[in-house]
Amino acid sequence: MWRWLHPYAKSEATFALNQKLLPWFLIPGLVLTIVGVIWGLAYAPPDYQQGESYRIIFVHVPSAIWSMGFYVSMAIAGLIALVWQIRTAELALLAIAPVGAVLTFISLFTGAVWGQPMWGTWWVWDARLTSQLILLFLYLGVMALYVAFEDERAGGKAASILALVGVINIPIIHYSVYWWNTLHQQSTITKVITRFESPSIAPEMLWPLLVNIFAMMALAGALVIMRLNNELLRREVHRPWAQAILNQEKKENQNAV
Amino acid sequence: MNPRRKKRLIMTSGILTGFALATGLVLYALSQNIDLFYTPTEIVEGKGSDKQLPEVGQRLRVGGLVVPGSVRREGSGLSVSFSLIDVGPAVVTVEYEGILPDLFREGQGIVAQGTLVGANRIQASQVLARHDEEYMPPALAEALKGIQHVPPSQWQLEEGEDLPVNPFARDDEDQGSSGGSYDR
Repeated sequence: MWRWLHPYAKSEATFALNQKLLPWFLIPGLVLTIVGVIWGLAYAPPDYQQGESYRIIFVHVPSAIWSMGFYVSMAIAGLIALVWQIRTAELALLAIAPVGAVLTFISLFTGAVWGQPMWGTWWVWDARLTSQLILLFLYLGVMALYVAFEDERAGGKAASILALVGVINIPIIHYSVYWWNTLHQQSTITKVITRFESPSIAPEMLWPLLVNIFAMMALAGALVIMRLNNELLRREVHRPWAQAILNQEKKENQNAV
Repeated sequence: MNPRRKKRLIMTSGILTGFALATGLVLYALSQNIDLFYTPTEIVEGKGSDKQLPEVGQRLRVGGLVVPGSVRREGSGLSVSFSLIDVGPAVVTVEYEGILPDLFREGQGIVAQGTLVGANRIQASQVLARHDEEYMPPALAEALKGIQHVPPSQWQLEEGEDLPVNPFARDDEDQGSSGGSYDR
């Protein structure tokens, strides 16, 4: 059942898979970002009460959704690293963490910038904002724990455990606005999945938002793939497969010059 | 799956379940303290299963909908008072001196922080607008909900005058055509 997983314990197999996947993330990511940003910022209609300020949704919501999505994928990598003891999974965890942390920071920052004119405050300690801040600390904790040990495998193990345990925070973030009284509004589009309700946003705003959500996923995914490949090459720079790839790139560069 | 992996999987799931249970219990125990604000009903009838009433003089936040027609400005200053309501008959009056957020409107959800000065009167030091999760163009909002949002900064002080023109209202467009299929 888990046989398909085993080849990717080998660094070169993961590297080759990543090389194949990268254009499928990078190109749609760049194209959709350009389309989504222009559509959202220039062509979507203004909101009836927030006016133009609501347009921060086109950055805030995608980054918030994927700050949680990438956390879950990081936790899955942590689970695989713990149970199967696959080292490439540890490197995947290390590759995802900073990207997820940046997404979390973007969501917190854009939220604060929007909150000041709309709510009347930059920050309030309600359940949604606090749990999202904890998510940022979890990401930073995973990154710090990884490098805190002298033995890298021990660091990877500790980081995997933290990533896995922290996954409990994800449902708390999502449901915080339903379980408790919060200043943050309830979900507009993710409730389609979690509560089977139709999205409460007009279609001419929903479509650019969906484009931006997919754009953010593809772009951040491309970053993770590139980070993982860099890490794989760096770790195994003396192994024949890595040497072969580096020599080939060197040759291509020389030809280009 | 070989036995060692199985053992590790069971151990990790065990740790995860344990942490989930512990977190769940902590959050359950703290559930009332995590709430950002009291609702008007909770202030009048008491909060939680033991119906604990907030004391007069207590600093607290209250959140609810601004009762339409209850917003009163005193003179030409910044003093304003309005009533909040949630589900029940309980109504709480908020007195505030300061600048209201742009989203403030009769019928809008707001959160006020301040001191309870009477059984259901609050002297607020800060008023925050609580935005809902609905987004729509102005024309659709007017057609669907009859709401024409005017930020407080553009309110006119004299009574009896027409509301100022909403800068975002687009009267030239056919209101039915934009997002007619919008499902509330």
